[in-house]
Amino acid sequence: MTRHSLILAARSKDPATRSWAIEAIAAAYWRPVYKYVRMKWNIAPEDAADFTQEFFTRLLEKEFLDSYQSSKGRLRTFLRTCADRLFMNQVRDSKRVKRGMGSAHLSLDYLEAEQQLATELRSGSPEDSFDKEWVRSIFILGLARLQASCESGGKLIHFELFERYDLEEADPKPSYVQLATEFGLATTDVTNYLAFARREFRRCVLDQLREMTTSEEEFRREAQALLGVKIA
Amino acid sequence: MKSLSHRVVARLQAGMQLPDLNGTRYNLLRYLAGGGMGSVWLAEDTLLKRRVALKVLDLAAPADDLDVRLLSEARILAGLEHPGIVPVHDAGTLADGRAFCCMKYVEGQTLAQHIATLKLPDRLRLLQRIAEPLDFAHARGFIHRDLKPDNVMIGAFGEVLVMDWGLAKVGVSSLEAGETEIATAVQPMQNSLPATGQGRVLGTRGYMSPEQARGDIEVDYRTDIFSLGAILTFMLTGSAPGELPAASGRMPRPMRAICEKAMAADPNARYQSAAELTADLAHYLTGAPVSAYSESLLERAGRIYAQHRTAVALVSVYLFMRLLFILLARR
Repeated sequence: MTRHSLILAARSKDPATRSWAIEAIAAAYWRPVYKYVRMKWNIAPEDAADFTQEFFTRLLEKEFLDSYQSSKGRLRTFLRTCADRLFMNQVRDSKRVKRGMGSAHLSLDYLEAEQQLATELRSGSPEDSFDKEWVRSIFILGLARLQASCESGGKLIHFELFERYDLEEADPKPSYVQLATEFGLATTDVTNYLAFARREFRRCVLDQLREMTTSEEEFRREAQALLGVKIA
Repeated sequence: MKSLSHRVVARLQAGMQLPDLNGTRYNLLRYLAGGGMGSVWLAEDTLLKRRVALKVLDLAAPADDLDVRLLSEARILAGLEHPGIVPVHDAGTLADGRAFCCMKYVEGQTLAQHIATLKLPDRLRLLQRIAEPLDFAHARGFIHRDLKPDNVMIGAFGEVLVMDWGLAKVGVSSLEAGETEIATAVQPMQNSLPATGQGRVLGTRGYMSPEQARGDIEVDYRTDIFSLGAILTFMLTGSAPGELPAASGRMPRPMRAICEKAMAADPNARYQSAAELTADLAHYLTGAPVSAYSESLLERAGRIYAQHRTAVALVSVYLFMRLLFILLARR
């Protein structure tokens, strides 16, 4: 896949290409959309799931993405506005989507999203939540890329160390010496392997982001938002 | 697909910001500041055992000019050895592909912090010291293009340093040909800097000259003269030009004229060098007439009186006594 190609592929005239691209976009955006409508419109989980399916069906039918221009704003802001518009139209027409009506039939784990909604503190606006979920989705997809890359490159141990040290929420974290014993490595290897995995993870996340944008300028803008953590 | 909690995502985000210093001689100490294209970190040079400032780009830049520009900044700083310009120690690319530049770590105050307690004459003398490295750079053909209060630091020993030459470019030297060896040496690299020469607007609103704000390709060193005028306005009023128009009304007229001349929309109407601007400030400080302002007869008399108050008083007393003596002698 070429850089910045996903949005262009989603506008393709070839149905197979378009379907593949929409699935990739949905992988990054279904959680933000689902949780956004749950929070903003306070609708039932089943209705939110139906709405999410319908939303990506409309994307597949090229109703939304054709009018997107990266020079006028971010894709995620555009998609959130589209979700608002679709919801308002449905309310206006009193024509809630019947379950299973959408033709995209994406296999999405709504149960997991519900569990997250139940356990995570609901702070901030639905719009903030949309952006936070977007960041989480990009990181999840980046992580999947890292795993695939480590598996194919024979560096699974690098990924496992990364998982163990950087992804687990254990407090306190295991020390490098403990990890070295656990994995049968020298401590310096743990340091080097983790450095490699972190570097690769950064690359995977940014590659993922690049594919979700339509231009280098938009990519940089979104990367600033994604990495824009100011460390005091 | 493995899920991640917001807590882990926040931790990963913070981790991704950290420069990957593996394989370098630097140890990360703490975050110092962030900018439009990167961040600045305090680090320890483990070889020389000293603290340094590391400027690191946010992203590797395979399809952009940012890394080229950072390297350009490093080379420009390396070529400008002046006590008022922060020295560069090293530059290169980190393991994660991001370009970095290692500079002297300046401990001190920003211009805004420093001028809070200064009286007018000291502020003017400070501006003269800011102008010195600029005049030096202009003479060698370099233009800063992003002069603003945030880019001026006052060091622990009172040294004045002009920072952040990230937007600097090679222009036409303000000296005669033959004294532009450094500019000539860097010129081929400048040719590979498309983004700074294709009409893109780079700089900071309020301190950027009109021609720079328009994205004119041919900006010259007089764009920095405009910025110096804007900094002078900030130092005298506490606000960037245009933010508080009423504040400039409280300035002495000659001083307002100096600011206006430095910030003239037409570069030809500005001071034609930083030295010319500082000379006018020196004239103002010594009570001499300034080139930017045509004073009336009354103002001239007032200025001369203010400048030679004791002598004028003595002469007046002498003339009065003499007149009194003549009048008494006639009776």
